[in-house]
Amino acid sequence: MTTVEHVQPGHGTAEITARDAPPARRRGRRRGLATTIVWYLMLLVLAAIVLYPLVWLFFATLKPSSEFGRNSGLLPWEPTLDNYARVWDGIAGIPLWRYGLNSLIVASLAVVGTLASSALAGYAFARVSFKGSGILFAAMIGTLLLPFHVIIIPQYIIFNQLDLLDTYVPLLIGKFLGTEAFFVFLMVQFIRNIPRELDEAARIDGAGHPRIFWSIVVPLLRPALVTGGIFSFIWTWNDFLGPLIYLTSPENYTLPIALRLYNDTTSTSDYGATVAASLLSLIPVLLFFLIFQRMLIRGVATQGLKG
Amino acid sequence: MVTVPTPTGTPTARGSGRTAERRTAAASPAGEPRRPGRASGGAAAARRETIAGYGFLAPWLVGFFGLTVGPMAVSLYLAFTRYDIFTPPEWVGFGNFVRMFTDDPVFLRSAQVTLEYVLIGTPVKLAAALAIALLLNSITRGSGFFRSAFYTPSLIGASVSVAIVWRAMFAGDGAVDSSLQILGIDLGGWVGDVDLAIPMMIILVVWQFGAPMVIFLAGLKQVPTELYEAAQVDGAGPVHRFWKVTVPMLSPVIFFNLLLETIHAFQVFGSAFIISNGSGAPGGRLNFITLYMYKRGFADMQMGYAAAIAWVVLVVVAIIAAIMFRTARSWVYYAGDNR
Repeated sequence: MTTVEHVQPGHGTAEITARDAPPARRRGRRRGLATTIVWYLMLLVLAAIVLYPLVWLFFATLKPSSEFGRNSGLLPWEPTLDNYARVWDGIAGIPLWRYGLNSLIVASLAVVGTLASSALAGYAFARVSFKGSGILFAAMIGTLLLPFHVIIIPQYIIFNQLDLLDTYVPLLIGKFLGTEAFFVFLMVQFIRNIPRELDEAARIDGAGHPRIFWSIVVPLLRPALVTGGIFSFIWTWNDFLGPLIYLTSPENYTLPIALRLYNDTTSTSDYGATVAASLLSLIPVLLFFLIFQRMLIRGVATQGLKG
Repeated sequence: MVTVPTPTGTPTARGSGRTAERRTAAASPAGEPRRPGRASGGAAAARRETIAGYGFLAPWLVGFFGLTVGPMAVSLYLAFTRYDIFTPPEWVGFGNFVRMFTDDPVFLRSAQVTLEYVLIGTPVKLAAALAIALLLNSITRGSGFFRSAFYTPSLIGASVSVAIVWRAMFAGDGAVDSSLQILGIDLGGWVGDVDLAIPMMIILVVWQFGAPMVIFLAGLKQVPTELYEAAQVDGAGPVHRFWKVTVPMLSPVIFFNLLLETIHAFQVFGSAFIISNGSGAPGGRLNFITLYMYKRGFADMQMGYAAAIAWVVLVVVAIIAAIMFRTARSWVYYAGDNR
């Protein structure tokens, strides 16, 4: 990963400046050892607080049902894997893996759609000069700021009339049409940093925009595609409102909506299964983050700063 | 919007050596100086560029008009109707809005709790993000680990799983309550408490300080060291340096974060839904505006009324954004060449 990045031009601002940061700064502001220790202690305490809910969740999944409501401590008295065994049986007569598979299908298709549509739009905004590009770019940025409230009701009505409720089409079509401005913007920022000389060389060889896009920009765009893909996956994976509105039959449910079933039926007090399912549904997200954290964080950083 | 928005960065596809198909007349919205181009390729080349541009943009354009602009227009129309999706919409003029503000205490409470949540939660979240970014920026080792640890909640904070965890941790005799009891503070459960429900949600949103923190960190890395050195030479203490160097230099990033986080906070839904089991209880304190709109639209099938609520949200968000842009002129500082 890193070796590729060093060869490739035009990645995020954060990375560049991090490397350029003069070492003088660190030497210049030397502090006492005591201060340094205090700061690390503060950070460690903070990290412990921030990560506590996840640690809590992990141990909660190991508590037997009898301890819920009685053992408010972090650690289970008698750790057990029963909760996982029960969660595997699923809910509403449908095993958990099925919800996971649904989530995986939706999230994977969302990644494909988002990357394709936003790379195309990003190229148009970053590299092609056409009438109206300025105003359309402003409109795209505008949708970044648009609260979704004003569009969900008409969208629901439209998909209802097209008889597409309880399918994945309403959840996915927007991804294939680049409606999430964050990703378009990510691509624009990245493509702008690809040296123009490469385009020009290709143009001299007679390549048009489609060729330049496909043979030059897309290969160099890989870091942005990875970053965007992971964000798209995680956000779709976590999405609650969309599936809540559009999916009606349990066999189509994605994980968050299925979790809600567990949560609703906690009157039957299978609390253990609920927390176990919660943790299981977070695992793909946490795994992705562990593997790709550098790229993700750089993606966030460039979003806020001009690249 | 801040450092971000220079549209289209560079004006045109940079002229090729061979055909010089660059239009000098191309709109060049960005700050980049236009080079005196050779305009010989002229109209044909410009037309080719336009065709290519719209070709690449076609999917986005369909989405923009079909899934954003079109639905916006429809919802604006619906806001003035009574509509239950089964029978055709019935025009009621400003009826929905009149009802909202004169005859719907649930809406007014919902608006109030949402504003409370947004106006307290967002500044606290950003203050935490900035403070911790400063802390992280001044250590030399291990900042990568802390950055990742602090960023994790931003990825999962809006998920149902975390909402379930939150509800359990803040329940009576849950992890939070029992920890506070050890300290001699007996608040009971937060989830069902009218006074503590919003603080609980604010803690949830502040917990996700990692995303703005990462953006602040990237901004801090760009503050020229010379400024701090010069300030130090002039005898400025740390507090002075913070207010006179860090804050002005970061102000575009602060503005950007403030704007996005505020708008984002208005959209809180899933966690409130899960924590209150879809009810918005206790006492409507978790009945945030999105949840209320959802209930009106999708549970009661009052689509017209829900659309009217949506437009009120949009107008309020637009007003807040306008105020921010207005006041930005006096506190957001742009370095001479903003590239």
